[in-house]
Amino acid sequence: MTISNTRAITPDLIASHGLKPDEYQRILTLIGREPTFTELGIFSAMWNEHCSYKSSKKWLRTLPTTGPQVIQGPGENAGVVDIGDGDCVVFKMESHNHPSYIEPYQGAATGVGGILRDVFTMGARPIAAMNALRFGAPDHAKTRHLVAGVVSGVGGYGNSFGVPTVGGEVEFDARYNGNILVNAFAAGLAKSDAIFLSEAKGVGLPVVYLGAKTGRDGVGGATMASAEFDESIEEKRPTVQVGDPFTEKCLLEACLELMQTGAVIAIQDMGAAGLTCSAVEMGAKGDLGIELILDQVPVREERMTAYEMMLSESQERMLMVLRPEKEEEAKAIFVKWGLDFAIVGKTTDDLRFRVLHQGEEVANLPIKELGDEAPEYDRPWTPAKVSAPLAEDDIPEADIADAVLSLVGSANNSSRRWVWEQYDTLIQGNSLQLPGGDAGVVRVEGHETKALAFSSDVTPRYVEADPFEGGKQAVAECWRNITATGALPLASTDNLNFGNPERPEIMSQLVHAIKGIGEACRALDFPIVSGNVSLYNETNGQGILPTPTIAGVGILPDWSQMARIRFAAQGETILLAGAPDTLGSHLGQSVYLRDIHGRSDGPAPHVDLAHERKVGDFVRGLIRDGLVTAIHDCSSGGLALAVAEMAIASGIGATITIPDTAQPIPALFGEDQGRYVVTVAEQHLKAVQDKAEAAGVSMPVIGRTGGENLKLGEARPLSVEDLHDAHEAWFPNYMNAAE
Amino acid sequence: MKSAVVQLPGLNRDRDMITALTKISGHAPKVVWQTETELPDVDLIVIPGGFSYGDYLRCGAIAARMPVMQAIKAKAEAGVRVLGVCNGFQILLEAGLLPGALMRNSSLKFVCKEIKLEVTNASTAFTGAYAKGQIIRCPIAHHDGNYFADAETLKRIEDQQQVVFRYAEGTNPNGSLNDIAGVINERGNVLGMMPHPENLIEAAHGGSDGRALFASALDVIAA
Repeated sequence: MTISNTRAITPDLIASHGLKPDEYQRILTLIGREPTFTELGIFSAMWNEHCSYKSSKKWLRTLPTTGPQVIQGPGENAGVVDIGDGDCVVFKMESHNHPSYIEPYQGAATGVGGILRDVFTMGARPIAAMNALRFGAPDHAKTRHLVAGVVSGVGGYGNSFGVPTVGGEVEFDARYNGNILVNAFAAGLAKSDAIFLSEAKGVGLPVVYLGAKTGRDGVGGATMASAEFDESIEEKRPTVQVGDPFTEKCLLEACLELMQTGAVIAIQDMGAAGLTCSAVEMGAKGDLGIELILDQVPVREERMTAYEMMLSESQERMLMVLRPEKEEEAKAIFVKWGLDFAIVGKTTDDLRFRVLHQGEEVANLPIKELGDEAPEYDRPWTPAKVSAPLAEDDIPEADIADAVLSLVGSANNSSRRWVWEQYDTLIQGNSLQLPGGDAGVVRVEGHETKALAFSSDVTPRYVEADPFEGGKQAVAECWRNITATGALPLASTDNLNFGNPERPEIMSQLVHAIKGIGEACRALDFPIVSGNVSLYNETNGQGILPTPTIAGVGILPDWSQMARIRFAAQGETILLAGAPDTLGSHLGQSVYLRDIHGRSDGPAPHVDLAHERKVGDFVRGLIRDGLVTAIHDCSSGGLALAVAEMAIASGIGATITIPDTAQPIPALFGEDQGRYVVTVAEQHLKAVQDKAEAAGVSMPVIGRTGGENLKLGEARPLSVEDLHDAHEAWFPNYMNAAE
Repeated sequence: MKSAVVQLPGLNRDRDMITALTKISGHAPKVVWQTETELPDVDLIVIPGGFSYGDYLRCGAIAARMPVMQAIKAKAEAGVRVLGVCNGFQILLEAGLLPGALMRNSSLKFVCKEIKLEVTNASTAFTGAYAKGQIIRCPIAHHDGNYFADAETLKRIEDQQQVVFRYAEGTNPNGSLNDIAGVINERGNVLGMMPHPENLIEAAHGGSDGRALFASALDVIAA
């Protein structure tokens, strides 16, 4: 089948490209004539939500993106942050939600592939990956199939490529039944003076195509990712790309080798909207035109049209502008790695994006305006939603021991071992902390003591109840998890997953969440250096829980000081840094209410950012002074789950005493923010308490480690072995029930 | 002793292996590209882990037919020590340098975790620094580590003490026959194993049980 470039432009065709009538009008005004079919495709690729951020741009601009540590903020393939000694960390998180729902293995695999490419395009060797995954209810008919497919897709790509997966999240909620979330994070190491950017420089220089051949896979993928789903979803399977991690691994090695030669002037990977987006971006950023001759594009299918080549999302491809005198040297490297190398065009000085195919000019558009003149919307939004507080005496009772046992073995709080044992967590030989702790930690190669900590966090039920506080909390929890290893949080990346922004109540979630994220990032010196927005996560009008995932990076100057969540020894004192007098109080939106009592009411917990920072900086200081033996932040499930997880990870029991003035249920299950459970050896207790007092940080002694049981106040003692078994059982039991 | 590490497209634990050999012997190994037919004069050749050619045919099948493998065969016949880890083990089997085959894990899933290994033969050039019967920790990371051999072959390699490592204490992660994790050739100079000793050689790895293997193979005093 061939699609002619002279195909008539009808209102139906325009609509099927995801362009609204007023947007089409904008195109007519811009170019002063009717676009060709290929040009219509180019506009749809550049102006869809996924590539243009047209609904979110206004609000994204409000986020803090700078700081002394930031080398490169948003706008490039990934953010770049200084880690000293001439090294930098390059990282980003990106969603692959829609493709993963349609075809879970390939959708997830190419999500991982895409984010890895973003990182090594900048000259960095990937050293760590994480995945934040959200699925529908466990009892939904599709969930098991999606979990199995996504997890093996993430593993299939990352394991073969050779990057350790050191962290992530897996959550279930019925609100993701029709739209799962696959947010992939990658980080790489580079030299600060050898960062590669996409801005083309110089007129008449060769534009070179590298990597895999172009096929018809993924044609129109970015447009698909900017629409809601309905029953016709099965028909969209052909828009999902197919991943080839072997080619990507070769592409990584070839690119890093080529970058060493000094041949690369500009580089851009072909991600969403493939050749179109990458070529336009390189030209527009460098104030240059680009001319492409499609007859020279390596293809793997016959009779591909200009339209298909421009919109293909075939994976593992790169576009570069090279120094002409280095062309032969560059080509030899790519031939060595068995990859395609083709000169497909040149830079020009006319600021036009010209595409030639079979002697015909199929597109001739103003290159700057393709990006700059994309529509931008200030979409209407409703006032902030805030849930009513729970009545003071609304403390539903339950047997505490039963509740703890039930929660550690629940769908959302059980061990994720079944998932992460399918990921290579050890490759590269630098992994210091694996999934299952507060953050993944990886040694910095070539440096004796330095390490980086990574965490990815968001609590969507909080964001749903209060988008502003929920946005703050996502940032605070990520910062807290990194802090709990002893690392100093440096910067973050955001992956904002929401429903249809054309609905004011969804737009309200987006606006308020971004405001909350911005406020928290400013207060915690945790700027956003890269990110991605995924909207239209709706099926038949039902939106997902608002899920602004925050992934962050922190630095440990000396990994031998690193802290872990597992209790280190018997007979140590347990303290709760940052605790209120009652230890805990906030039950609204807690997993205790949700999973034990089937209630999802109440407000999200408030994040006091000054308190957060004070307590976090204090416990990081304790870790660095070697005064704490184990540490774990309190998050979902509150103090009870934090202590249970520390016991499970170590096999050591604990006794927790609840003050007479406190009520056991809120003390144990309240999800008050800014708290860390800390253990201290006897000889350091006094020093720790003195330091806490001097710093003005509340840090009551709440118990002692020891024995084989976990005793929470007056509750029935639970054996750590039973807790461990319940914690490990849920995931394999659930997945094996499929057979 | 001098060593070399083979690089084939798709192998991805080559850098781990190079680091381990460098740290343990004090010398960086030579690196050999897949098209080379002349190998450097070394005492130990290592084929590291990964996914050579994507493992898109059978694991190791394409790699086993590359030019460099002919050269490795010749070196093995001349008595040079050859170690294949993970994909390297699969390649040695496909090249016919070791008996048996590796099938998909019985779970049908990739698995990465730490297991226990029993050193069942400590009289080889690769295991001299261990004691027979010693239980060591070792990481694994593979999709196709399920060792299989026909009954006759299995009896032969067991009788001749060619099984060097066995998964111990019920930690067989893949369904391997007789818990086999590592096999050596009759001559005793070619070892293939699924686990990754190169990822457990220093404090940062949480242990150094893998170190003695390289110390033995490189004739350095185990640190």
